[in-house]
Amino acid sequence: MICIVDTGCANLTSVKFALERLNAKPQVSADPGTITSAERVFLPGVGAAAYAMNGLRERGLVETIQALTQPVLGICLGMQILLESSQEGNTACLGLVPGQVKALDTKGLRSPHMGWNTLTEINDSPLFTGIEVGDYFYFVHSYAAGLSEATIASSEYGSAFSAAIQNENFYGVQFHPERSGEKGLQVLKNFLEVQL
Amino acid sequence: MLARRIIPCLDVRDGQVVKGVKFRNHEIIGDIVPLAQRYANEGADELVFYDITASADGRSVDRSWVERVARVIDIPFCVAGGIDSLELATEVLEMGADKISINSPALQNPQLITDMNARFGQQCVVVGVDSFYDEKETDYRVYQYTGDVERTQLTGWRTVDWVQKAEALGAGEIVLNCMNQDGVREGYDIKQLSLIRGLINIPLIASGGAGALEHFSEVFVKSDVDGALAASVFHKGVIDIQDLKGYLRQAGIEVRT
Repeated sequence: MICIVDTGCANLTSVKFALERLNAKPQVSADPGTITSAERVFLPGVGAAAYAMNGLRERGLVETIQALTQPVLGICLGMQILLESSQEGNTACLGLVPGQVKALDTKGLRSPHMGWNTLTEINDSPLFTGIEVGDYFYFVHSYAAGLSEATIASSEYGSAFSAAIQNENFYGVQFHPERSGEKGLQVLKNFLEVQL
Repeated sequence: MLARRIIPCLDVRDGQVVKGVKFRNHEIIGDIVPLAQRYANEGADELVFYDITASADGRSVDRSWVERVARVIDIPFCVAGGIDSLELATEVLEMGADKISINSPALQNPQLITDMNARFGQQCVVVGVDSFYDEKETDYRVYQYTGDVERTQLTGWRTVDWVQKAEALGAGEIVLNCMNQDGVREGYDIKQLSLIRGLINIPLIASGGAGALEHFSEVFVKSDVDGALAASVFHKGVIDIQDLKGYLRQAGIEVRT
């Protein structure tokens, strides 16, 4: 069973529909038992870091998510809260991936970073099977994780940042695979097939 | 590099896609879902759905189609039309929309921009502005309720003031509908768009006037907008999105392949 964590954030429906287009049958749930027993867990999120973390806290899901051992994919804000903290509202996050989220230094480019941008580097990761440097993905964010050992793909907007990260079973993508056309669906499909 | 966006706009009335000229005399173009799917397949970067009668009718957008669109579309889409509260915005986003565009409701209650920003994040909050050049005042002025010609009203806002106010309140993007150009296919309002471009640092989307390939390259090069929105040229097959993107790429403008 595939579970989308009901974070109370707004993009869960689009993630659900994208998975359904891949013939998966995701369950949207905030039940710790359902989340823990899923083969794959999606952590979607849009909005502000503090709002998302409060949502998890109110639902009593912080420890549940921290204890997961199956592949977990955080999307956009869902990726950012996998890290230790976010500068956005000085928010303590889940601490599952080393590093901090900071305001993206756009070097004077328009903010938020909104639209289709390319990946500039991709590590050899099963998440990016069939994806090449130069492929476009849809981004909308003004905070980002810098490059680190956890980075498995990078992108650039003013400065370089992590387009995707991984630490053990925890994966995260800054872009929205559910809204990134065929390439985005490929990333979701890859995640469904990831072997730890 | 960040690509410039090509955005077909689907004006929705009573659940069907319609198109008017200068916001009047609407004709039916077709059903929403197949048209949305066609544009996504043809390479549109984003779609905008305006329920054009919603605010003028004092009702909110008929939302049943939002979910049907969200099921089949794998590109972002924005919904506009009478969304005047956090509750309605939440409902539309939960049905699968990515962004909410507010126009008349933002003019009535500017605080809504800030509230939506706090609740959903800046990227979700698009402010649509209907702007008309007033020759007597020699200035751009903001109109509201433009979905219905009988009820269209001039507001007290100068366009240059309102867009800056919207940005300060927390808007994530401005769609500037240049009403003098709407539906006439003589090109985007370069002068006005360039003026507004210089005043705000959030993404700006040009709307109104696209009629030929060169209008798109012109607005990207001269007005430095982030996206170009158009309706009739796409609905009527005057411009094919793939041809347009090939043309823009040749002109050295970054677009998504």
